[in-house]
Amino acid sequence: MTREIAVVAFAQSDTLRTTEEQSEVEMLMPVLHDVLEQTGLKTADIGFTCSGSSDYLAGRAFSFTLALDGVGAWPPISESHVEMDGAWALYEAWTKLLTGDADTALVYSYGKSSPGPLRDVLTRQLDPYYVAPLWPDSVALAALQAQALIDAGDTDESALAAVAARCRTDASVNSRAQLRGSVPQGDYLVRPLRTGDCPPIGDGAAAVILAAGERARELCARPAWIRGIDHRIDAHALGVRDLTDSPSTRLAAEKAGAFERPVDTAELHAPFTSQEVVLRKALELDDTVRVNPSGGPLAANPIMAAGLVRIGEAAARIHRGESDRALAHATSGPCLQQNLVAVLEGES
Amino acid sequence: MPEVLKAPLVVEFPFTRSLGPVQSAFLTGLRERVVLGVKTGDGRVLVPPVEYDPVTAEEIRDLVEVAPTGTVTTWAWNHAPRRGQPLDTPFAWVLVKLDGGDTALLHALDAPGPDAVHTGMRVRVRWAAEREGAITDIACFEPYDGEAAEPPGHSGEFEDAVTGIVAHARLDYTYSPGRAQIAYIAALSGRRTVGERCPSCRKVYVPPRGACPTCGVATSEQVEVGPAGTVTTFCIVNIKAKNLDIEVPYVYAHIALDGADLALHGRIGGIPYDQVRMGLRVEPVWTEGGRYPDHYRPTGEPDADYETYKELL
Repeated sequence: MTREIAVVAFAQSDTLRTTEEQSEVEMLMPVLHDVLEQTGLKTADIGFTCSGSSDYLAGRAFSFTLALDGVGAWPPISESHVEMDGAWALYEAWTKLLTGDADTALVYSYGKSSPGPLRDVLTRQLDPYYVAPLWPDSVALAALQAQALIDAGDTDESALAAVAARCRTDASVNSRAQLRGSVPQGDYLVRPLRTGDCPPIGDGAAAVILAAGERARELCARPAWIRGIDHRIDAHALGVRDLTDSPSTRLAAEKAGAFERPVDTAELHAPFTSQEVVLRKALELDDTVRVNPSGGPLAANPIMAAGLVRIGEAAARIHRGESDRALAHATSGPCLQQNLVAVLEGES
Repeated sequence: MPEVLKAPLVVEFPFTRSLGPVQSAFLTGLRERVVLGVKTGDGRVLVPPVEYDPVTAEEIRDLVEVAPTGTVTTWAWNHAPRRGQPLDTPFAWVLVKLDGGDTALLHALDAPGPDAVHTGMRVRVRWAAEREGAITDIACFEPYDGEAAEPPGHSGEFEDAVTGIVAHARLDYTYSPGRAQIAYIAALSGRRTVGERCPSCRKVYVPPRGACPTCGVATSEQVEVGPAGTVTTFCIVNIKAKNLDIEVPYVYAHIALDGADLALHGRIGGIPYDQVRMGLRVEPVWTEGGRYPDHYRPTGEPDADYETYKELL
């Protein structure tokens, strides 16, 4: 790698059960203004803009083009979009900065899950021949993975409840989170997962600014340097995979350099308690690592933005001097199918 | 702020998908109560079978019949079935490794309750009464305590193989248009057209979407525009649209309402289609109970100068 690239600013909206009084761009725009204001940059100063979202969530075709209204894309800007979590938009922007074509990038993502039946909407991303016709919802698939972990002796229901409790306790200091403090573990949603093991359904948006080299130092007192970033994918057929493990996470982490030195913080995109168990194992995180100090996706899980929020939260801890080396993880697809790992560092 | 407007929005469509040779054989087999797997280069049998080896990406075509009996590798109890799922009474989601296969198939297991289900339990296919060549030809699995069935070793060749599936999808949303458009729609109900002005470039957007796409800032100052406006450009529609009771040909036009910096579009009536022209002055025509103008008709004023609307084309 010839160019140093850092996260220099991060902003996010509150994650709310519904934002029915706002359109997507109305929800997103304050976040864009916030992240630009932190750096003093204007849209015209940004070299590349990349966003992540999915029209299926709110059922609005081409909603990402309307969201672009919030950027102010005139005169025409260099811009791209991925139908993925914003963490992958960040990956594209990072690549663009590596080429030297741009020195700064605006990355944003948003998701409005409230208008639709999210558990059913997510079935539409599954294999359309053998799986999607059965409409196995997102909680059901996560529950199959959780049971496999319990059968393997990797966890049990009380350990999962402890994950849920820790995350929501940590979230009590995160004003942006949706579920904070003491949350009952509740009844089974799809056994063995209880409502407490599942993320809240919410609407939200996030944005990050990347900058290269000296530009990053000008824009941020303590940039969060991306020392490595990589994403990998497991086979799409659930029955081919060992659901108790995540080889794609491990490989992405290895390629990102995560195992070269210990991290002090990890922001994991584990929407279900059981998935934190899988990720801790794949990433070899021990009790010395602070996992999801923000509360993580169990406290706020705006679909399409929650992965970018992980990178943003990890970077923000470095900005504040609360972390020197942090790992951020994002996932996509059922049962942690695709995984992205970034390693961020602050200079002492 | 007016009350939040909401309306049901159903997105529904049939996806017609063609099948590769392995998928075609597998789904045709289900129609004929035969379960096929595919053998990989290292001798593993994948069920359900795929066209390419998920590890090596090698093309795989060696079909082998496996048994309709197998073992649960993991499960999850679904006490509240959702629309489209295989059973409408509580059931277990299961991954089942069929006898003769090395990977597991996702489906439903009909069982009396979660206490009757465990990993390692033996199950068999319950076939759907009517089968068409789809994964739903397996109605579900059911508990089974017999021996592993011995498959006769089907070749995977079938008469009248299915070559495609039609996958129906329906998602029900509740649409709400957001602050700016709610205000616009609320004003329309009083037969007023209200746009919003950008605080930065001062342009008035009609209909407003809440953001100035040029400046990237929120619009909030409401500005009533029209009711009259100018045709900036138009087209003549010669094809009758489905479910639209309008005689063709008719004119559909971009109309810049007085005071607006963005043209909206509407139908032009009250004038022969071949007399509509750029610069024509028009006004809205409302029908009883209409929630937006039915069409626009000439005001009778002289045509607008090109200079007055050239920026709005």
